[in-house]
Amino acid sequence: MSRRGALSGEFFMMGDIACAEGAISAGCRFFAGYPITPATEVAERMSRRMPEVGGTYIQMEDELASMAAVLGASWGGVKAMTATSGPGFSLMMENLGLGIMTETPCVLVNVQRAGPSTGLPTLAGQGDMMQARWGTHGLYEIIALAPSSPQELFDLTIRAFNLSEKYRLPVLVMTDAEVGHMTEKVVIPPPEEIELYPRRLATVPPEEYLPFKPDEDLVPPMVNFGQGYRIHATGLTHDERGYPDTADDSAQWPLIQRLIDKIRLNKHDIIQLEEDGLEDAEVVVCSYGIAARTALWPMELARKEGIKVGLLRLITVWPFPEERVRELAGKVKAFVVPELNWGQIALEVERCAAGRAEVILVPHPGGGVHKPERVLEAIRKAARR
Amino acid sequence: MRYWRKPLDIEGLKIPRGNIQILKERCKGCGFCVEFCPQHVLEVSEEFNSKGYHPPYVKDGDGCVSCGLCEMLCPEFAIYRLEEEREVQVL
Amino acid sequence: MEPERHPMDDLLREDRLPHIWCSGCGIGTAVTCFISALLKSGLDLDKVAVVSGIGCTGRVAGYIKLDSFHTTHGRAIAFATGLKLANPELKVVIFSGDGDLIAIGGNHFIHAARRNIDMTVICVNNFNYGMTGGQVGPTTPVGARTTTSPYGCFEHPFNIPYLAAASGAVYVARWTMLHVRRLERSIGEALAKRGFSLVEVIAPCPTNYGRRQRRRTGLDSLKYYHQKGVIKHGANPRDVDIDLDGEIIEGVFVDIEKPTFSDFCQEGLSRAMGNRGP
Repeated sequence: MSRRGALSGEFFMMGDIACAEGAISAGCRFFAGYPITPATEVAERMSRRMPEVGGTYIQMEDELASMAAVLGASWGGVKAMTATSGPGFSLMMENLGLGIMTETPCVLVNVQRAGPSTGLPTLAGQGDMMQARWGTHGLYEIIALAPSSPQELFDLTIRAFNLSEKYRLPVLVMTDAEVGHMTEKVVIPPPEEIELYPRRLATVPPEEYLPFKPDEDLVPPMVNFGQGYRIHATGLTHDERGYPDTADDSAQWPLIQRLIDKIRLNKHDIIQLEEDGLEDAEVVVCSYGIAARTALWPMELARKEGIKVGLLRLITVWPFPEERVRELAGKVKAFVVPELNWGQIALEVERCAAGRAEVILVPHPGGGVHKPERVLEAIRKAARR
Repeated sequence: MRYWRKPLDIEGLKIPRGNIQILKERCKGCGFCVEFCPQHVLEVSEEFNSKGYHPPYVKDGDGCVSCGLCEMLCPEFAIYRLEEEREVQVL
Repeated sequence: MEPERHPMDDLLREDRLPHIWCSGCGIGTAVTCFISALLKSGLDLDKVAVVSGIGCTGRVAGYIKLDSFHTTHGRAIAFATGLKLANPELKVVIFSGDGDLIAIGGNHFIHAARRNIDMTVICVNNFNYGMTGGQVGPTTPVGARTTTSPYGCFEHPFNIPYLAAASGAVYVARWTMLHVRRLERSIGEALAKRGFSLVEVIAPCPTNYGRRQRRRTGLDSLKYYHQKGVIKHGANPRDVDIDLDGEIIEGVFVDIEKPTFSDFCQEGLSRAMGNRGP
């Protein structure tokens, strides 16, 4: 994929714009979307930039179509992305499932706002974290990344493309209105310094190729449409030939097992965490995205009070870093989990802590960010245990 | 094929003839080919295939002019013709 | 000697035959006409992609041995839009049913036609949701009995050619699947057309639709098409409504030239961007 037209240098850039530029640096050359606050700037930027880099921008009739078109473009051999927010994310759930089932690499950005329903369109929320995990029907594993700054939105958008090609699935970038609309310094490295994971294309001739027969890492090499392989892909349960096999559970078992295992067994490669001061921590603030960023100040205040508090920031939210949370649960008194919802990731922390450490949720309905004193109060409470 | 009088260009004429081929196991007995054959070449057989349908058989192969309607109309990809040529016979 | 292969098997996933369609269903015939048109089209078959939605006709993609994709319900055209724009070399054909394309996928249908995306849509219309057991659909004629209109259908149906034409399609034709030669020719014309082309194929669903309208077998429906099919090339699409037992007007209704989405993009972008463009 040509990297012509990708920016490099230092910029004062809005998160949504950084996201679009990250996609371009990752080689994304197709964007299909539908206007929705607070993700519209991604689409606007892409509509301007795609023609400059030889890509295609299309504004679809709705988010159902946007996600479907992104899958189509990916099978056409082009890296593809869409960006949306809550209501659109709900519509995209349908074809997110198709992308998982047909193992289609692509990136879906959710600039979260406060819900449910139309909610607070211009204001941040983190209420879609469990929807990211379980939003489309059926059983599967997913990859979701959570940036805390415009720079990270740039970096993680590139990483999302790389993971999607490597593991052949749609990868979610779960940001929010605060990060998406925040303008900050963003450093874009020269193209040659950006590592890209190219699509793993089949190397065997068509007559030997089975489109859903995995390599050792459980991921099948792909072919693009028009390469002469004449393959079939379906959202139905299928065998290694890609043919529907729906009479009983005989194809369902190996397929579902593989779709789950290709993520679970590669967790070490997928999960990224930021840790700070965990060596002697008694209290761990476990958070992600904007909520992790706004927890930094109250953590500093708590440290001044002599509380040993450390940070576990989830850069990869899904798959959930179970092992690390379990390990910490054996060492610390409590986890404090601030998030812009009424307890979603907190449930995961609770599950992994399994009663060995207390989990204190700092909820927020969305529409703003946590007041420092609320997080500080939770840290104090945790330290008193 | 027989004509009641000798056409003037008989020497140059080649009438196509279809040699009808039936994949009996694919047939689901819809009867489209039998009903719409313009030359009434086909008939439903008494025979059953393994799905329990009666496939057609060629009742009057001589009548076939290789129009291909049965081949196109068959929803099962179960019938086609090999095109042959034959001499025109005059009564 | 019974033959083992059909000449069309080269373009079929032979190892999946027999297909799932019922005895007397017309979808197989529509596929035959499509394959026949494709073979005559001179297209590079490695560059032809078939995209289907969900439903009986949605299974077509799974039987045709070309690059083929079986999408979610209603989203075939949206998927195909992405596929075509990502790889303009491809000839993209959407093969799906009336419920899939016109009800749940109706929005994508009208918008792809409006944008004049270069694709061919073959819509098999059997007036009901066959796969789920014969429910009322967007094309069910007024008065028809289905499993969810047990007292008769009380909704006005969509006239698909009119919908396509009004939305901007450059080629619109309708044939019953009985008129195989004309259907094949129309599919060939649609494949050769640049822009959004639509061929509606009227087909029997004896199992779930026909038998509730006193047309018990596929053959009963074909006899009905034979009696009531009227060819009117160039008819105004607004006049080609289908009533329960009425005439079925067939023919090529629209055949016009218009820039496609990609034509417009290319022209507009080179004008707006000059040498900044690709």
